[in-house]
Amino acid sequence: MLLIHCPYCDETLPEPEFAYAGEAHIARPADPSSLSDEEWRDFLFVRSNPRGVHAERWRHVHGCGRFFNSLRETVSDRFLATYKAGEPRPKTDGPGALS
Amino acid sequence: MTHFSALSLLKNALTGNKDWDAQWPDAQPRNEYDVIIVGAGGHGLGAAYYLAKEHGITNVAVIEKGWLGGGNTGRNTTIIRSNYLYDESARLYDHALDLWENLSTELNYNTMFSRRGVMMLAHNVHDVQSFQRHIHANRLNGVDNRWLSAAEAKEFCPPVNISPDARYPVMGAALQMRAGTARHDAVAWGYARAAAKRGVDIIQNCPVLSIRRGPDGSVEGVETGKGFIRAKKVAVSAAGHTSVVMKSAGIRMPLESYPLQALVSEPVKPCFPCVVMSNTVHAYISQSDKGELVVGAGTDQYVSYSQRGGLPLIEHTVAAICEVFPIFRRMRMLRKWGGIVDVSPDRSAILGKTPVKGLYVNCGWGTGGFKATPGAAHTLAWTVAKDEPHPINAPFTLERFTTGRLIDEAAAAAVAH
Repeated sequence: MLLIHCPYCDETLPEPEFAYAGEAHIARPADPSSLSDEEWRDFLFVRSNPRGVHAERWRHVHGCGRFFNSLRETVSDRFLATYKAGEPRPKTDGPGALS
Repeated sequence: MTHFSALSLLKNALTGNKDWDAQWPDAQPRNEYDVIIVGAGGHGLGAAYYLAKEHGITNVAVIEKGWLGGGNTGRNTTIIRSNYLYDESARLYDHALDLWENLSTELNYNTMFSRRGVMMLAHNVHDVQSFQRHIHANRLNGVDNRWLSAAEAKEFCPPVNISPDARYPVMGAALQMRAGTARHDAVAWGYARAAAKRGVDIIQNCPVLSIRRGPDGSVEGVETGKGFIRAKKVAVSAAGHTSVVMKSAGIRMPLESYPLQALVSEPVKPCFPCVVMSNTVHAYISQSDKGELVVGAGTDQYVSYSQRGGLPLIEHTVAAICEVFPIFRRMRMLRKWGGIVDVSPDRSAILGKTPVKGLYVNCGWGTGGFKATPGAAHTLAWTVAKDEPHPINAPFTLERFTTGRLIDEAAAAAVAH
């Protein structure tokens, strides 16, 4: 079972307290009417699905109820970081990166 | 290769079973093939078999990073049914069911296909209406399915608790009598043996690292752990790892990979005559010929390649099983495992050509790929051989996510997702 750190409550709690909410940092199109079919496909359906570090949204449904983002390694399921919605994705390569 | 028969069994019994041949040779890769199939599960091996048998293409390699049938083919709960709602799905899964019925004879390998019936329990008014809609749609498509009252469901499968004060009361059930189970390992082994007999190379412990494309964009071959292997046609049938392999060819797939878990109990005497599924409480169960209760859980909520999954899912499933089948409350579970399933946005498969010339894909089966094994393999072989869609797999294109012509079984089908 995953243990997940909620950056708002600042507590590490078991997975059943949280709901997964898909890949993070997918911005809604600024001008939807100008999008091509291919761009709609990429926005709606195509996901990075990496075997490696995945940026994803979680919601603390049985706690503060707020959405936050996390970086998780998808083979070991180990969390590298959780961070508040709106904050930039922490670096996972180069100097000063998480490991 | 020995033809399996009562006579060959008897002959080998008399000589102490010391003279059996290897069922397939452990091939090493050659420099070039006509077709390379990535992934030696039931789907990939089956495609190789049908390429050789029906299209005369025998210069084929099936490349597997682990061992044959060690992915989702060996990890599923072996349920076979075809009671899908939409016309496209009904045709595909019923085609598979047609092939299942003669598979043991065709492959000369006992796949232990058992038409014991799949019964889906309705626990509320919505279930009743939805299942009856399915039954009508299925019957219009020539797919076997019928409605049972709660009492009839109990008669068909006595361990079901139909007491009106149950936490999840049974209000009726949909029964597909033509559905059932098969031995999953035997499907992979049977296809492997029959394909190898026709000259197909099965290369195990050889990861495909990337797909190489030529200057004109078409497929040139695959980079593997055992070096580069040339081929003009490559078919990817890699289940949960499909998006990783396809990305190396420059195609981002509309797929996400999730763990799907299952568990089995200690073996007991025959007590459970059919397969029972309950989508509402999310439990499904059958009894293997060895006597173990085979229980399927749902997918974990998060993307993962861990082949493990979390305990909350198991707890939820076992709680539901104990409610619906009180006789199993003191059953001990022996082991649990996970597989990585590739889930598409509309929960239907992606099967056919890709934008890259010479590259084909068979993926997106999500939690329900085993039942489709012969049908997927058969139509994939057609598409690879002729470079055009088979009438049955034609709707299951990758382009549907651009055109919007989805096959939206996620919301509508009697599928455990």
